[in-house]
Amino acid sequence: MLTLISSHRTWAHEVAAGWKLAGLCVATLLIVQATGLWLGLGLLAVLALVASGGVGFAGAWVRLLRPLWPFALIVVLWHLWLRAPATGVTILVRLVAAVGLANAVTMTTRLSDILDVLTRLARPLSRLGLSPRMLALSVALVIRFIPVMLARHDQIRDAWRMRSARRPGWRILVPVLLATLDDADRVAEALRARGGAG
Amino acid sequence: MERNLTHIALFAALIAVLGLIPKIDLAAGVPITAQSLGIMLCGTVLGARRGALAVLLFLVLVAAGLPLLAGGRGGLGLFVSPTAGFLVGFPVAAFVAGLVVEKWRVQIGVSACAGAVVGGIVVLYLFGIAGMALTLGKTLPEASLLATPFLPGDLIKAVLAGLITQTIARMRPNAVLSRA
Repeated sequence: MLTLISSHRTWAHEVAAGWKLAGLCVATLLIVQATGLWLGLGLLAVLALVASGGVGFAGAWVRLLRPLWPFALIVVLWHLWLRAPATGVTILVRLVAAVGLANAVTMTTRLSDILDVLTRLARPLSRLGLSPRMLALSVALVIRFIPVMLARHDQIRDAWRMRSARRPGWRILVPVLLATLDDADRVAEALRARGGAG
Repeated sequence: MERNLTHIALFAALIAVLGLIPKIDLAAGVPITAQSLGIMLCGTVLGARRGALAVLLFLVLVAAGLPLLAGGRGGLGLFVSPTAGFLVGFPVAAFVAGLVVEKWRVQIGVSACAGAVVGGIVVLYLFGIAGMALTLGKTLPEASLLATPFLPGDLIKAVLAGLITQTIARMRPNAVLSRA
């Protein structure tokens, strides 16, 4: 499956995931509290980090920020109308710096590395009944179920189209769910036959 | 035990799939993605605790960098973006929706629809609006204005959640863990 990791190799790909995530937490806390000059420096630091990954990486980073533009538009219009552009700029810079830095971590860290960090963090929870093995197993199951469910959806939608000129709409969800619920039951039986999930 | 696990994983996958299916397939004209329908169904079918776990599992995968949110979005940036409040509210919404179905023992379609409205709309909007107010520096009433365009679509989805839960309860009674 497609992930958001960048194919442009950067130095940040080599840094351990734990350090990147810890740094991200600290930096985000600083960014959401900073104002004025400090905030500007923060944004510059984020931009410098991204630029150090090269042109291709920076381009992909900019594309990943695209979902923010409706909110940016709202903030700009709103604060122009209030005649308080300075506050508007602060909000925008904070948003771009915080979201951008987090995206940069996502773009340079493999899925399995992040999940490893998570498993390590979840280890104390094993006393509450959430074993690290169970977490890994359920993540793997979700990743496997997504294409299975999409395939079922496509099959049933095609079968509908063969018979009707109308669009299937939401009704198609019910047979898809019923079919995949049966799949899930069979996977559960298979798991139990192989010694259980615990 | 194993069955709980696979059903939780299945519904986490359902949230992702509902975000991937083009929205035009589901409702003509109304700008809705079906993702929040998945959140509602997690609660109404799996029940409070398992429903919330399924949503958390989905969020783990999004945070880890899989582009599973509607529009192919994903990654850690979402959790500090203006819509972060909705993400935080997702598991709570599923929990509340499941709680309504578990506690209000009327016909399951009715309580599932009610649960979807209370959890998937009231609770979810509270979190989402608070999140937008915080990140965009707005007051709560101003931020609520930003959420209102989605209300008609979400009401339709709450009704659908009720209908779908009812059908599953009829066809696969064992799968409705919220009433087990």
